[in-house]
Amino acid sequence: MSKKIVVDPVTRIEGHLRIEAVVDNGKIVDAWSSSTMWRGIENILKGRDPREAWYWTQRFCGVCTTVHSIASIRAVEDAIDVTVPLNAELIRNIIMGIQSVQDHVIHFYHLHALDWVNIVGALSADPKKTSDLASAIGNKYGKILGVAPYAKNSADYFATVQKRVGEFVNKGRLGLFAPGEIWSHPAYKLPNEANLMAVAHYLEALDWQKEIIKIHAILGSKNPHPQSFLVGGMSIPVDPNSQNAINADKIAHIKQLLKQAADFVKQIYIPDLLAIAPFYVKEGWAGIGGGQGEFDFLSFGDFPTEAGQKRENFWLKPGLVSLKDGDIKLLPVNPDDISEFVTHSWYNYDGGDDKGLHPFDGETTENYTGPKPPYKELNTGENDKYSWVKAPRYAGRPAEVGPLARMLVGYLQGQSEIKGLVDLVLSDLSASTGIKVGVPHLFSTLGRTAARGIETLIMVDKTSEWVDMLVANIKAGDLRVHAGEKWDPSDWPSKCKGVGFHEAPRGMLSHWINIEDGKIANYQAVVPSTWNASPRDATGQRGPYEAALIGTPIADENQPLEILRTIHSYDPCLACAVHVLDTEGNEITRVKVL
Amino acid sequence: MTKEKESTIATALEEYLEGRGVSRRSFLTFCSSMAATLALPASFADKAAAAIAEDNRPPIIWLEFQDCAGDTESFLRASRPTAAELVLDYLSVDYHETIMAAAGHQAEAARQKTLDEWAGKYIVIVEGSIPTAQGGIHCTIAGHTAMDILQKVGGGAAAVIAVGTCATSGGIAAAHPNPTGAVGVKELLPNKPVINLPGCPMNVVNLTATIVHYLTFGTLPTTDKLGRPLFAYGKRIHDNCERRAHFDQGQYVEAWGDAGHRQGWCLYKMGCKGPATFHNCPTVKWNDGQSWPVQAGHGCVGCSEPGFWDTMGPFYDRLPNVPGFDITDATATKVGLGLTAAAAAGFAVHGVAKTMTLRSGDDEE
Repeated sequence: MSKKIVVDPVTRIEGHLRIEAVVDNGKIVDAWSSSTMWRGIENILKGRDPREAWYWTQRFCGVCTTVHSIASIRAVEDAIDVTVPLNAELIRNIIMGIQSVQDHVIHFYHLHALDWVNIVGALSADPKKTSDLASAIGNKYGKILGVAPYAKNSADYFATVQKRVGEFVNKGRLGLFAPGEIWSHPAYKLPNEANLMAVAHYLEALDWQKEIIKIHAILGSKNPHPQSFLVGGMSIPVDPNSQNAINADKIAHIKQLLKQAADFVKQIYIPDLLAIAPFYVKEGWAGIGGGQGEFDFLSFGDFPTEAGQKRENFWLKPGLVSLKDGDIKLLPVNPDDISEFVTHSWYNYDGGDDKGLHPFDGETTENYTGPKPPYKELNTGENDKYSWVKAPRYAGRPAEVGPLARMLVGYLQGQSEIKGLVDLVLSDLSASTGIKVGVPHLFSTLGRTAARGIETLIMVDKTSEWVDMLVANIKAGDLRVHAGEKWDPSDWPSKCKGVGFHEAPRGMLSHWINIEDGKIANYQAVVPSTWNASPRDATGQRGPYEAALIGTPIADENQPLEILRTIHSYDPCLACAVHVLDTEGNEITRVKVL
Repeated sequence: MTKEKESTIATALEEYLEGRGVSRRSFLTFCSSMAATLALPASFADKAAAAIAEDNRPPIIWLEFQDCAGDTESFLRASRPTAAELVLDYLSVDYHETIMAAAGHQAEAARQKTLDEWAGKYIVIVEGSIPTAQGGIHCTIAGHTAMDILQKVGGGAAAVIAVGTCATSGGIAAAHPNPTGAVGVKELLPNKPVINLPGCPMNVVNLTATIVHYLTFGTLPTTDKLGRPLFAYGKRIHDNCERRAHFDQGQYVEAWGDAGHRQGWCLYKMGCKGPATFHNCPTVKWNDGQSWPVQAGHGCVGCSEPGFWDTMGPFYDRLPNVPGFDITDATATKVGLGLTAAAAAGFAVHGVAKTMTLRSGDDEE
């Protein structure tokens, strides 16, 4: 018998997401992804100074707190044709790199781990056996990754953690981990020692993340929401002979924090990931959540290493992994092939809701047709609108963006760093499970989570390389951080437009700006979670979340933990995903209250 | 306090701390640093230790509406105490969508349990603005509008803390033309004690200091007329700015990356809004005292002031009508060192402060 279930709020994500799903015979047969919050920031941007758009759009999201700034300044720089000095490009890369590392680790431990790790189960673990487990995996992966095992792995250490958590639980006030019944869900499969190890590292990661992100404070004044971005460069000066600029001391501090970042990733995160994953590979999670070919995988490339470099020469190369017609194909990408639909989103297009619009021609007029609150269910009929998120499509097809897309594109391109690590992870998982784990298994909930770990490992080392490049450039005498020749908007063409791409932690991000007389005439952001959380389009194609959920087993309809696993594997960021502008400056449409 | 009670508390405290792997010494250091943030006498540390040792962790319900989770992320950067200590040891965070384990109806049930069992005693922290247009359809959680949730949850709270500029005064969503009718918490809960901790995001130092103040004294800190604690928002950025001497000397950055910029000169001409902004950025800084915008070479944009999105912009235009200059922008470009220094001197002794038409902070003067 089929039954509709609702998860709202979807927690441990950024923003407001609601999932409705139909469960039949213990499996999901259909799903709807809805964002239930809207602010209208792009509409608010109209008429403002393009040079400050980065500060506004940064507030799309406080989690991936740098990504919109980067995409925004790149869009304006593209529009006014300014070449950013190399120092500024490298400082941006370092900021982006550590953002990605911190974001991915927080996601793994604080947003995703509790889908797999049983915090109450940890209380029954034997601290000595936990210590043995931690030592064993620490030694194994330490050898592979070239680091010493994590120092805190004694039985006493795990006993202290257990006591602390136990005391907390025994008080009967579970706080963040309430209600207690969630921990008796049958889908939790880890041995208790692995549970305790992961809980200890959940707490370690909380302390670690606030340290390593100090790199943002050094280069950007603060985190969240660093404040040193400028159209044309960065506001943090470079001068080895000043105490008010990036100098040798600040570089040394950054290097120290990066070492701390790399140690954690290599000593804790990756070993934990590879210790936990096999238990769920055995449960079939490397074959769930892949979307069965209903969507493609898209990356637009990123991370310049020369001033004025073209995007196709960036370190990470663009590409589309297409599953159309059942084959895995690697195809080139073109910005012209992006369009957005509002057929099932709470907006109207002047020319009709059945056509997609390119972001440069984007228009959005609010048109809420959902149920009047308080409501129990959304209207999800064939012709209904049900989300504040639009539906972006690439060449007419839905596409997943994010670490998995980037790793797949890099893998098929034969990018050596990516290919080497992906193969290593696949062979390690095969060895631990006795199941042949190959590339097809990457198209899954676990594949997404593994790809994020692989990417973190690559990014943390890459960020160190960018610091070295910055040092070399300063040593060569280049102190420039800003190209000032086009700072004054009166020097700009009266009409211009530009696009800024960025491979953000959650995936491909693009900002599209039209400038008229030095002011914002039109601003559009097509963000990672808009791609991933999108509702259906004009032809009824589901968005990636929706398609990925189909076929997911549900053990207990009252506690659909399995939905959280797949949705969390995308690392949703809904405040980002929801946006609107009104290109015509129309009055906001009044909504008919149902 | 009697000696006996003191010793009981000391023992309880030590047991409590031991269970958390925290030394008494590091705990007292934390209390002292809080005392410094709050500008309290040294005896505060003992009182704070006593209050926290009694293990009456207040229940916290953290609501997110039209937010970007920036304040939540700021919360995770807490260092004294740390986020882990806050959520495990100091507080019982019973509802916080971004980090709680439960989802859907189980998350709602967890919140309802606190509302029932701790009526009138729990603390609500609100992040994000609340949309009021069209009956509140622009933000719903589990089918309920943000407006309804705030009334229901906020209505039964002992106190409400609005974190970030969105929750305190509507923030970015309320910027012109405010498409969703976004407002801050106080507007919808006029009869509740609401502490406002604006900033984009709020600096977690100010949240932890407010909580510790409450735990210790059972009262909320004294605020200005905008509900902002004086310990954090009682002084202008400009008055504590590390670059103030350069302002007084007329040494300004003229272009990004120029010699003055590299040497840390004043950012007034690059649009800094420090003279119109009340916030403790220059003294407590961010990320454990690491830095703050002016230190990273970028002007302050006034993010702790209500409506700053509209009133402080364009962000790269120099502050209009700064009374210390009492002249137009165009004239300011031409003023020589002498004139600037003279005007600045007047500014420095606050001879002109009373005549300033600065937006919000004036309410308290």
